[in-house]
Amino acid sequence: MTDMTPIKTPAEQALSRAFGLAAPTLPGDAGVKSLREAAFGAFETAGLPHRRVEDWKYTDLRVLMREAKPLAAPPTADDIAAAKDAGAAFATAGARRLVLVNGSFVAELSELAGLEEGLTILPLARVLGEGHPLSSRLGSLAPQGNAAVDLNTAFMADGVVVHVAAGVKIERPLLIVSRHVGAATADVTRSLVVVEDDAALTLIESFEGPDGVDYQTNSALELSIGRNASVELIRHQAEGESALHLHTLMAEAGAHATLKGCTLTTGAAVSRQQAALALNGDHIVAALRGTTLLRGRQHGDTTLLVEHKGTHCESRELFRTVLDGTAHGVFQGKIIVAADAQKTDGRMASNALVLSDGAEMDNKPELEIYADDVQCGHGATVGALDEELLFYLEARGIPEAEAAALLIQSFVGEIIDQVENEAVRDALMAGVMRWLAQRAGTPQARG
Amino acid sequence: MLEIRNLHAEVEDRKILNGLNLTVSAGEVAAIMGPNGSGKSTLSYVLSGKPGYTITDGEVLLNGESILDMPPDERAAKGVFLAFQYPMEVPGVATMTFLKTAMNAQRKHRGEPELTTPDFMKLVKAEADALFIKQEMLRRPVNVGFSGGEKKRNEILQMALLQPKLAILDETDSGLDIDALRIVSDGVNRLRRADRAFIVITHYQRLLNHIVPDSVHVMSKGRIVRSGGKELALELEANGYRDYQDAA
Ligand SMILES: Nc1ncnc2c1ncn2[C@@H]1O[C@H](COP(=O)(O)OP(=O)(O)OP(=O)(O)O)[C@@H](O)[C@H]1O
Ligand SMILES: [Mg+2]
Repeated sequence: MTDMTPIKTPAEQALSRAFGLAAPTLPGDAGVKSLREAAFGAFETAGLPHRRVEDWKYTDLRVLMREAKPLAAPPTADDIAAAKDAGAAFATAGARRLVLVNGSFVAELSELAGLEEGLTILPLARVLGEGHPLSSRLGSLAPQGNAAVDLNTAFMADGVVVHVAAGVKIERPLLIVSRHVGAATADVTRSLVVVEDDAALTLIESFEGPDGVDYQTNSALELSIGRNASVELIRHQAEGESALHLHTLMAEAGAHATLKGCTLTTGAAVSRQQAALALNGDHIVAALRGTTLLRGRQHGDTTLLVEHKGTHCESRELFRTVLDGTAHGVFQGKIIVAADAQKTDGRMASNALVLSDGAEMDNKPELEIYADDVQCGHGATVGALDEELLFYLEARGIPEAEAAALLIQSFVGEIIDQVENEAVRDALMAGVMRWLAQRAGTPQARG
Repeated sequence: MLEIRNLHAEVEDRKILNGLNLTVSAGEVAAIMGPNGSGKSTLSYVLSGKPGYTITDGEVLLNGESILDMPPDERAAKGVFLAFQYPMEVPGVATMTFLKTAMNAQRKHRGEPELTTPDFMKLVKAEADALFIKQEMLRRPVNVGFSGGEKKRNEILQMALLQPKLAILDETDSGLDIDALRIVSDGVNRLRRADRAFIVITHYQRLLNHIVPDSVHVMSKGRIVRSGGKELALELEANGYRDYQDAA
């Protein structure tokens, strides 16, 4: 256009070519098609976000995403065979497993038989292809001008669509596993979960893939929680250690709804989990918690936006990050309280434990309050392991490495303890223990 | 059991211990008294291996073996135990987990098999009951929300379970009410054995009525300046430390 247009990076150019080629074959009716085009148009105008884009200040995708991998093809029989054990970490949770391999829903690895009354589960590809009524709800929660979401909307082809009818409480957790196998590709998944009024659902998302393959995941989940409905959302991001992982949660809740979220991040070379949560009714109770453990040169970003729009809502955002090696942790959180959202009780805290001199944490908690009768607060801390505490444990005979592990475990354990399902809690804690064991196995420079 | 010879130690460039000599035999209870700031807690930290202290001279032998180069966990496995003057709170770590981890870590160090959970539970219950520590407290994180006296009792519980060779009690009597003082003293007395030594640091003769020492040592300015029998404690109680302020 003009000389104001920045030169496109190779990744941006590759994405434009890929969209040009893929667009005619991507599923969906005219409405979906125009949604895609608008999203890609917005992406093309803005390009990949970089450090001068406020929201992406600490996660410069122009630098961190040097190339765009080719869009994943549907999985072959071999790919599917290789993904047979997907979600094994959650085996004891007794969940209903739904598997996406390289972004495509794989029915033969998913448990679709014997669905509870009032529970509908469909692959997104089918919902788009058939022009299912639920497809009209796609994109309604998408924030404007977010590159990860725009790319997801532009390329979305498959994922899981879940509908829980009003008043139906699904006891058995759903487990959506996103598994990468084979060569490096871009795996795009879009899921839509609608929990109607007075209904209840526990949903676990697990992201997994091989180490040493620099595949790229762009996953988005739109979650609509009806009035007086209740959702527990658990996510373990255990991608392979060379992966790039982008995840967006877009959620809305109606009056008297409950949302409880807990994330565990241990994987990927570069990851960003972002969540936008709109509390649209009164008396909603929402808690988003999470813990991130990074080592080596990993980069992990958690960015949250919680909007209080109704009165008497309570929100809690509590994130704990453990950093070793030269890892980089980012927490950005914003609570916005609308002018008529009186009696809001919103609290946000980010605490980081830095285990080495080379690791770095950026914390940016923010409040934007337009109502006058509210109770809101935020806090952020960054610290090392307490030497006095370590000595107390060592003086009882516990070796230093084990004492440190015990203190790290207790630091993140306070987050994971909030998960209601015991088997899920144990599975997450096992993920923490794996991280600690790997850390013990790598030489450390202690600060 | 313990031989400290000409020990000099500094912390943050301040000389705290200045040529300290002390010998404690197996089976002995040695009391150390001395004015505030004379270096009693520093001695206990140096013996147990707290980082940050520089030993500029002297040596410490435990059963003939030099311990100054050992990390704290190794000293603990060799039998050194310190009941802290100010026990630490460890949020997020249940007391039970802490006790079991400590006991098994020491066993592992010594090449002994780990305790089974039922055996561990039995041991803990017996010792906790003897110290009037409720089971509910053991499920709480270590020392978090414990009263001052409860923290001290928890230290004695750890000592009873870890069965050390050399136990150092740093002002374990401070903050205890009359009943707790008796409970804690009984706990210590039960552990007195021919092959175990105690160093009891205290400001008050009162404790020594319950835990009767074999020797009493006066510490001033980083040295032991006088040693005697249990009657020395009575003398100090009557006269204070004025005779020793310049002795070092
Ligand atoms: N980390 C430190 N940095 C600087 N000075 C220290 C440090 N620790 C101890 N000291 C100083 O060393 C001296 C001895 O302290 P210590 O705690 O050993 O005394 P104490 O005999 O145990 O006293 P109290 O009877 O009050 O418990 C004090 O003057 C104290 O201020
Ligand atoms: Mg002291």
